[in-house]
Amino acid sequence: MERPIRVLVAKPGLDGHDRGAKVIARALRDAGMEVIYTGLRQTAEQIVNAAIQEDVDCVAMSILSGAHNTLLPKVVELLTAENATDILVLGGGVIPYEDIPFLKEKGIKEIFTPGSTTQTIIDYIRENVNR
Amino acid sequence: MDIENRILKQDKRAAARLISMVENRDPEGLKILQNLYSHSGNAYVIGITGPPGAGKSTLTDKLVKLLRKQDKKVAIIAVDPTSPFTGGAILGDRVRMNDLSIDKGVFIRSMGARGHLGGISEATAAAIKILDIFGSDYIIVETVGVGQSEIDIVRNCDTTLMVMVPGLGDDIQAIKAGIMEIGDVFAVNKADRDGASRTAREIDMMLDYNKHLEWRPPVKLVVASENQGTVELLEAILEHKKHLIETGKLEQKRISNAKNEVVEMIKERIERSILDKSQNEEKLIEFSKRIVKRTIDPFTVVDLLFETYKSSVTIK
Repeated sequence: MERPIRVLVAKPGLDGHDRGAKVIARALRDAGMEVIYTGLRQTAEQIVNAAIQEDVDCVAMSILSGAHNTLLPKVVELLTAENATDILVLGGGVIPYEDIPFLKEKGIKEIFTPGSTTQTIIDYIRENVNR
Repeated sequence: MDIENRILKQDKRAAARLISMVENRDPEGLKILQNLYSHSGNAYVIGITGPPGAGKSTLTDKLVKLLRKQDKKVAIIAVDPTSPFTGGAILGDRVRMNDLSIDKGVFIRSMGARGHLGGISEATAAAIKILDIFGSDYIIVETVGVGQSEIDIVRNCDTTLMVMVPGLGDDIQAIKAGIMEIGDVFAVNKADRDGASRTAREIDMMLDYNKHLEWRPPVKLVVASENQGTVELLEAILEHKKHLIETGKLEQKRISNAKNEVVEMIKERIERSILDKSQNEEKLIEFSKRIVKRTIDPFTVVDLLFETYKSSVTIK
């Protein structure tokens, strides 16, 4: 069996809306990936610890609270400190278009806003993980 | 610094990497594991199994916190089912162990069962060794429990904890072969629900049918989510550990487990050798068509495939 892509799906910060994250998790599973779902209210430290221990290929964070400009770069910062820059970092949720360039500059490779199809996300992950 | 040295220095990333390498059958990973093998054997392995939804992850979280209070280093391997159709999995046990995520003395790894209904794949067995080498005092392996096939866990762990919940069927479920025979300790979780004491009594009665047990498994009532009964449960597990060590049974068990492991690996390697070569895959499909048409029988097919394999080996 070809080795499955491992993706960490996390919800950073104080945001209780996890339906989207769960939809993504299920879609990735159905696409043959192993999804480590960490649940709600994750700190950047928890997300990075999990990413390292689980040796994931991708960290996909869902955030709808508006705190994305702080929390997402924080995760990239901690991953960099751990020498784990080969992990693909993605974001999704309620993120205004104007913030996307800033986030990309900070190391979040792509942002999937509402309306993105699960297939687009699956394809993007497959094409962009470092393996 | 290479992976080998880093693991011995308790570098989490190196351990995580090696687990992935072995899980993905990377020959380099296997080599590293072989080189490091003599450093294993120090960790005590506790297997936790039981039906889905019984509360194994929540219970694991509480038990590990108690072990941490004793300043023990703990690793948790949480196994969840893999879809046989897509090969994907949702590994969601970490959700119940959030506090442990930032505890420096804890390592949590989620693994997909990847086809092993018994709950422990070769990769999981390797991960146990790696986390042992990494320096864990205790390794907790939490598996998918379908209720009928947990034998793997017994072969890979020192103490097996069986987690049951009230109301999951009648006494007949409880006496089905396999379930009663593999638990060293039983926990009835969600004991605040109706029927919990009755479930515990039923298990007790089943266990008492056999009057000659050297170790009579204790049955503990717990409410994992409220952290009730967990101290007594951990004590029971550690009692079992003490019993195994004092009677010499721990070593006997580990010898038996090592033997089983070699046999399993041999079976697996033979299967891979005979069936993995691409010519044999097509041949196999052809044979299968003929089997269905009844122009050949499956026993003859196996003989033929075996003969082909044997002659291919002798030619070398």
